[in-house]
Parts: sequence; C-alpha cells; structure tokens
Amino acid sequence: MCASIHYRDDEFLGRYAAVTGACVIQHLEQLAASLKGARVVHVNSTREGGGVAEILQKLIPLKKALGIDARWEVIEGTPAFYACTKSFHNALQGMDIRLSDKLLEAYEETNARCAERLKPILEQADFVFIHDPQPAALLKHFPERRGQWIWRCHIDVRQPFRPVWKYLRPFLSAYDASIFSLPEFAQPLPHPQYIIAPSIDPLSEKNRDLPNAEIEKVYDRFDLDPERPMVLQVSRYDRFKDPVGVIRACRMAAKLTPLQLVLAGGEASDDPEGQAVLEEVRQQAEGHPDIHVLLLPADAHRTINALQRAADIVIQKSLREGFGLTVTEGMWKGRPVIGGDTGGIRLQVFNHYTGFLVRTPEGAALRIRYLLHNGRLRRQMGERARRFVLDNFLITRHLREYLTLLVSLQAGGRDRMMVG
Amino acid sequence: MPDTAETAPFEVKDCALITLSTGIRVQNLREFRDALEKVPVGSIDHHFWGRLLRPQFDEPEYNNDFASWAYHGLHDKSLAEQLSMTLPTDFPDLETLRLELIDTVEKHLDESEMIPWARADQLFHFLHSQIVVFDTGLRFGDPRDLTAYLPSLSTGCIYYHFIDARSRTRQRCDDFSAWLAGFGDRYESLRLRLCGFDPYFSSLDEIRARVASLFQAFFEEQP
Repeated sequence: MCASIHYRDDEFLGRYAAVTGACVIQHLEQLAASLKGARVVHVNSTREGGGVAEILQKLIPLKKALGIDARWEVIEGTPAFYACTKSFHNALQGMDIRLSDKLLEAYEETNARCAERLKPILEQADFVFIHDPQPAALLKHFPERRGQWIWRCHIDVRQPFRPVWKYLRPFLSAYDASIFSLPEFAQPLPHPQYIIAPSIDPLSEKNRDLPNAEIEKVYDRFDLDPERPMVLQVSRYDRFKDPVGVIRACRMAAKLTPLQLVLAGGEASDDPEGQAVLEEVRQQAEGHPDIHVLLLPADAHRTINALQRAADIVIQKSLREGFGLTVTEGMWKGRPVIGGDTGGIRLQVFNHYTGFLVRTPEGAALRIRYLLHNGRLRRQMGERARRFVLDNFLITRHLREYLTLLVSLQAGGRDRMMVG
Repeated sequence: MPDTAETAPFEVKDCALITLSTGIRVQNLREFRDALEKVPVGSIDHHFWGRLLRPQFDEPEYNNDFASWAYHGLHDKSLAEQLSMTLPTDFPDLETLRLELIDTVEKHLDESEMIPWARADQLFHFLHSQIVVFDTGLRFGDPRDLTAYLPSLSTGCIYYHFIDARSRTRQRCDDFSAWLAGFGDRYESLRLRLCGFDPYFSSLDEIRARVASLFQAFFEEQP
C-alpha cells in the first residue's frame, strides 16, 4: 500500500521513488525492517570494471539507506591469481582449459592472504556474499564464522568444463546458499540455490538521462558520422562477446545499407586476456574506416551512456553470457537490441518485441538490415524495451530479491514466512 | 445476517517471493513424469503461478509452465492443450493435483509411439519459491472504503490476496471473496463476479485493475 506515501526527490530513496514509484520503495522498507542493523558484507575481486562492480556500487548505498549495515570488500591478487581466475571464468563457461598446479597455488594463496586481512570483518558478519569464483576459497579460512555465507555466481555455468568445476565444487559446497542468474545455470550443490537476475541502476552515470548536447559530442570526439546509422556493441574485449563476429556481421550488412560500427570496450583490472583480444579486433577492423574500435577507461560511464543514446541499434552478440547488462542498458535507452541467443540475453530480448536473438554473424547482419530499413519499428521496439527494463531489471527489483533471500535465510529457509 | 460490525476487518498483507531451483531438470516426457512424482509439492504450485513473477513479454499461449513446455520444448500440442486445462482450484490440495498431472502424462505416454523429447537448450527446470508475508497494518471494515485503495495496492498485495489465497485457503478462492462472504448476501453479486474472474492469462497489474473495476462497478450500481 502506498497511496499516502511521498518521498522527497532530494532524498536518496526519493530519487529512486521518482523512477519506480513510491510503492516499490515502501515495499523495500517493509521487507528490510526485520534486517535493520544486520551486518552484510559483499566480496568480489575488482572495484571498477564489469557488471559486478557496477551493481555493488549502488547496491551497498541502497542497503545502507534501508538500515542495513552493508559494506563491500575487494580482494587483490598477483598476476598469476588473475590469470588463474580468468581461466576459471572461461572454463566455467565451457572452454577446455587445463590449469597448472602453480596457478591453482596462486589462487589458494591469494585467498588465504585475503582471508587473514578480512578476518575481523567477515568472521563477525551476519551475511557474507561472495561474488564469482575469485574469492570463493575464502570460506574455508573461517571455521569460526557466525553468519551465513552465500556464493553469488554471475557467470553462465550451464556446461562448465568438468575438471575445473570438480576443483571448485568442494569450495562452493560449503556455502549456506548460492545464487544463479538463470535456472539453467543452477548446478547440483548441497544447499538452496536461489535464482536472481542482475539489474541496472537508473540513476547511475551510465543510465541517467543526458542532455542532447552531451550525446552529440561523441560524434566529434570519436570521429563518427552523425548522418550514418550507428550500430554499437559495448563490452570488454573478450572472445565470448564475439567482437570479431560483430565486425563480420556489420561488414555483411554494410554491403547493402550504409552504417558505422562502434565497438566500445572497457578495461577490467581482473581480466589479463583483454589486450590480446583487442589486438585481434584491431586487426579485423584495419582498413575499414566505418569500424571504430574504442578502448575506454573503466570510469567512462557517461561516455558509454552517450554512445548508447547516439546508437540506432545496440548489439550484444555474445556466444556465452551470464546475463548481459549492456543489453539491459541499451534497452533502458530505448534502443532495440540484437543479442546472441544465449544465457540471460534470452530473458531480455524477445524476437519482434524488444529486438532479435541471433546465432551467427549472418543472423546479426540480417537483423541489422531489417531494423535499419524500418525506423518506425525500431522506435516501437525501443519503447517496449525501456518499459520492460522498468518493470523487471532495475536495481530495486534486484534489491527486493536479495532482501527476500536474507529474510528467508534468517528464518531458516522455510517456504512461507511472516515478518513484522 | 452478519453486518459490517460483526465481520472482521480486511487485513491488507503484502508479500515478496523468491525463486529457487529444485536441482531437477528433465529433457523428455518420461523423465518429466518421474520428476513430477518426486519434486516438492511447492514446485507444482510454482509452475502454475510462477509466470506472474517472471519477466515476460508475449501473451501467454498456455496458462501454466507445464503446458508451455509441452508446446515449446516437446512440440506436443495435444499434451499442451490437456495440461493447460488442468486447473489447481479443481483439486482439494496440491498432492491431488500432482496425481492428476502424472495421470495426464502417463496416459499421453501410453498413446505415444515415441517418447517426446526436447533439445538440450529446452530442458524443463523444476523451480519452487519462498514467500515472505508482511502486514501493512491497514485494515478495512467496509468494502466501500477498500474500493478506493484497490488501484494503489502493490502487486505483492495482489499476489497474496488474489493468487496465493487459492492454494492457502480452504475455499480455494481469493481473500476478497472470502471476506465479502462474511457479510452474508449483501455483497453476494460482487463476490460472484470476483470468483468468476479467470486470472490465468493476466499479469498482476491487470488483475489489480480488474479487481478494482469490479469493486467500483458494484458500488456505482448501488442506490
């Protein structure tokens, strides 16, 4: 019930209420009432770059605003640690990757060292969220922990490379619960497995409304042609994002319809493979002035926002994708999305409604041509896409599910709980 | 005849749900039948109503997840049609509903020359949900007063009072109808209209709008 509730626009929660409606915020406050003062810690391996860091940057202040004692800790490792965890990431998404004992030692050593540093915080926490495999081995260093530990997996682990899963499984089995983005990703583990899709923050630099003048600046800044339709893929330079496939698709489509492609990739401090993939992409783009390969700093959020708003079509032709927050971002800006028919993209892109799902560069080329040919349809799809994100993929929905999970764990995981 | 003074006020409750995996997934109809036998009974309930909680865009062609998978995963239209007409409210409890589903699938297996199967990326994943219910503190003694508030009820309230009530209560109907019944015949025509509303193809927003319009129309008709 929220008929009589009003939030001030200058209050932190009020700014969200202005986007989602007061009902949504009041619902969160009621749900959080039984969690007031609870110590909740999130741990991941990078403060900037990538979807996980972006979610945590907003989730923590929101939890605090609701009276929860939330904090965010980051583990830091050696180059060998990051090489190992990048291999984990690839292997969990299905790549056949053998890991040397030396790399696995670096993984366990980093976790042991970070456990020592974080002991006073994590040992006393009521709830600890461990994001992805990088800090997953922390748990075994906390036999005296007082709270419940939850492993949050953001990766498409539908068909993990078995030897790597076998190595990680004992670390993960000890958790009290795990969270996956889609039902398809859930794995046999001896604890409750929650399904929670990620989200975007409508008020972040990357997603808030921008003045037209700022959007138009990207044409000059990146030497783009304002008269030529623009196709944009935003993602780190990673083979699973198939940037080379996107270039092929656009080259095929460009034979019949004029367009320019922008590949905008950020750097993530925990991804040692990015440079090699970027070089491959640059080679493929060489000699094609309408293909723009951009390497943006991790904090170029407003620039990405402006590029997404300047684009006519957003593409995310991933071969594997945990969720695809860049899809959500593009949809929030009212753009139709051509997405790889995989993982969480399927949860967002609906053929002929919010965009198109494709499996090949040829499929992407066909849909680029189709959308560029029909401006009215493109706008209609874009409007539906924005509404769909408003209803389903904003951070307030994400937070509601986290709070529900915490209340559930607090109450012993019963199917039906009364609070308040 | 009981009147407003004798009927307990309507207590507005809200809820939040979270989805869990049961860890059980199946690829063909025989596996599906076996899984129906062993999944927690809450999973059966979830697959009839869980779509209300999921992001979706298109109009639901079939009104429960089992029927939808039979069509989209197994490409078996006749099974999809049969499963779509299995209504939870026709059965006294979820265990009886489970037996009915198993019976429908077994009968279909007996009649099939081959076991229908789905592609590897079209498996059926059995899910279930947990519900957290909280009291909003709002109470309504008079249905006329509730009418004004209905359009602003959260979708959580609607889920709890209009959907969850069907598996929670003995009457297998919604909480609004149950409350109105406490007033005797006075609101009988409104109660019957609420009971006659088929919520299977609507979103929670649409259910809220429909319930609000039924209340509003009833009171506009009153002298």
